[in-house]
Amino acid sequence: MNNKMWNWFNERYKIDSLREFAQKKSVPLHSATIWYYFGGITLFLFGVQVLTGIFLLLYYRPGVDTAFESVKFIITKVKFGWLIRSVHSWSANLMVASAIIHMFSVFFHRSYRKPRELSWVTGVIMLCLLLTFGFSGYLLPWNELAFFATKVGTDSARAVPFIGDMALRLMRGGADVTGATLARFFGLHISILPIVFAVVLGVHLFFVQLQGMSKPLGHSRDDGKKRSMPFVPDFFLRDLIVWMVVFNIVLMLAVFFPWELGVKADPFSPAPAGIKPEWYFLFVFQSLKFLPAHIGPFEGEMVGIMALGLVGLAIILLPWLDRAASRERRSRWLDAIGVFVLLYFAVFTILGYVLD
Amino acid sequence: MPIEHTPNYSVSRRRFLDLLLGGTGLAALIGLFYPIFRYLTPPEQEEAVVSSVNLGPAKDFPLNSGKIFRFGNKPGIIIRGSDGKFRAYNATCTHLDCIVQYDAKVEGVWCACHNGRYDINGRNISGPPPRPLTPYAVKIQPGAEEILIASQDGAQG
Ligand code: HEM
Ligand code: FES
Repeated sequence: MNNKMWNWFNERYKIDSLREFAQKKSVPLHSATIWYYFGGITLFLFGVQVLTGIFLLLYYRPGVDTAFESVKFIITKVKFGWLIRSVHSWSANLMVASAIIHMFSVFFHRSYRKPRELSWVTGVIMLCLLLTFGFSGYLLPWNELAFFATKVGTDSARAVPFIGDMALRLMRGGADVTGATLARFFGLHISILPIVFAVVLGVHLFFVQLQGMSKPLGHSRDDGKKRSMPFVPDFFLRDLIVWMVVFNIVLMLAVFFPWELGVKADPFSPAPAGIKPEWYFLFVFQSLKFLPAHIGPFEGEMVGIMALGLVGLAIILLPWLDRAASRERRSRWLDAIGVFVLLYFAVFTILGYVLD
Repeated sequence: MPIEHTPNYSVSRRRFLDLLLGGTGLAALIGLFYPIFRYLTPPEQEEAVVSSVNLGPAKDFPLNSGKIFRFGNKPGIIIRGSDGKFRAYNATCTHLDCIVQYDAKVEGVWCACHNGRYDINGRNISGPPPRPLTPYAVKIQPGAEEILIASQDGAQG
């Protein structure tokens, strides 16, 4: 912006203070600085999702008689429709992956410790929203795999004591997975989730900007030299380069491995072999397979779902549970749990692919 | 002593007003969210109650085979064993709601979703299903030799 324009705006809107706010943050430099890129990558991919999502909306038509057909139309008739759809699917998956990586890096660096508890909480909320994005989006093409995955996924809500049946009806818009479910998931996916996500993201980013970047626990050995880099413009320009790389990866995946459509869902045919949820739910799915029908007096599912709920609660409350980190100490014990969770996730995901 | 009474009186008036305001606010919130919650809960729909279906001539069903059919808005499965006997069940897996299929190799019912197995009599024998399949009554219409399916209790199940 040239000086005259800047002054014109500044006189009226005090944009100097905005610039100051933007320049306040600096990024600590250390051997683990590379992990700082993953929040930004997630942010970039969210932008990709919003843009391609809006494009898809121009042709997609929800409804049991139109959804599958309209997606087929997009990928066969609309010029570059296959590309837009493929990018939306691939980028969604990479976005979940990068959010998970981001979260583990925040975890192992203990960046959630005081005063950044609420950055963590908003982050966990976004991860939940992101999984809901994935789950609702998966059903939209109304193909066989997604239909049965959604049946199974929503039916497991039944295992939650007391509110299970009500939650099931709320999610499905009735007793079964039908057009009503599709309408619900559609509304959620294209309107409610994006708005809520954008608001929480705004809060998350505001917190990060306000508090600056934390130094990871264990990397704070001071050798006297100041080791950091201004976020604007130095680190941000690096972010941009990483985004270009990520974008190219997305494009290459989309071009060389176009997303499949499969066959249309038929509520009156047997479930095909090999139904699978999206990979980030696979570890749950795989764990359910190993659960016996009954554990003591309870159904296996109920025990599994309750355990999952407890883990979720512990994750949200982590900044308060980790007393060591708030005293700037690293709990080896917690590191071990983190590694265990990571391994469990990895092993069960892989098992989900190689078994059957 | 009126002077000491006044502050007491004014504190309790403040509390009273706070309570009134808070209570009104709470009532307004409930009044706002209750209709929203009810709106989101889908209404029970009147479904045409189907108490029996006709699946056509018995001779159309080969031995050791199974087939999915519509029973109202539910999927059913009809199985003809190698013994020639017909059995029918609600095809919804008792585990997590998938639709089962007949596995001719082991002469049993199989659910692909989590590898659940039932025997030909609908009993859950391995994998995660917690309960047997819900059976339907099978009648063979005398004369016409057509298969009639009815649920045990007359309603669709
Ligand atoms: C889902 C979309 C998300 C987006 C777009 C996003 C974006 C960002 C960005 C751009 C940053 C600054 C750069 C960085 O540290 O990487 C950041 C920091 C942070 N994020 Fe996220 N994030 C997301 C999810 C999460 C999740 C799932 C968590 C944890 C559960 C989380 C917790 C944090 C914390 C605690 C920080 C501060 C890190 C520090 O100061 O060292 N975020 N986020
Ligand atoms: S739904 Fe049939 S085994 Fe899980």
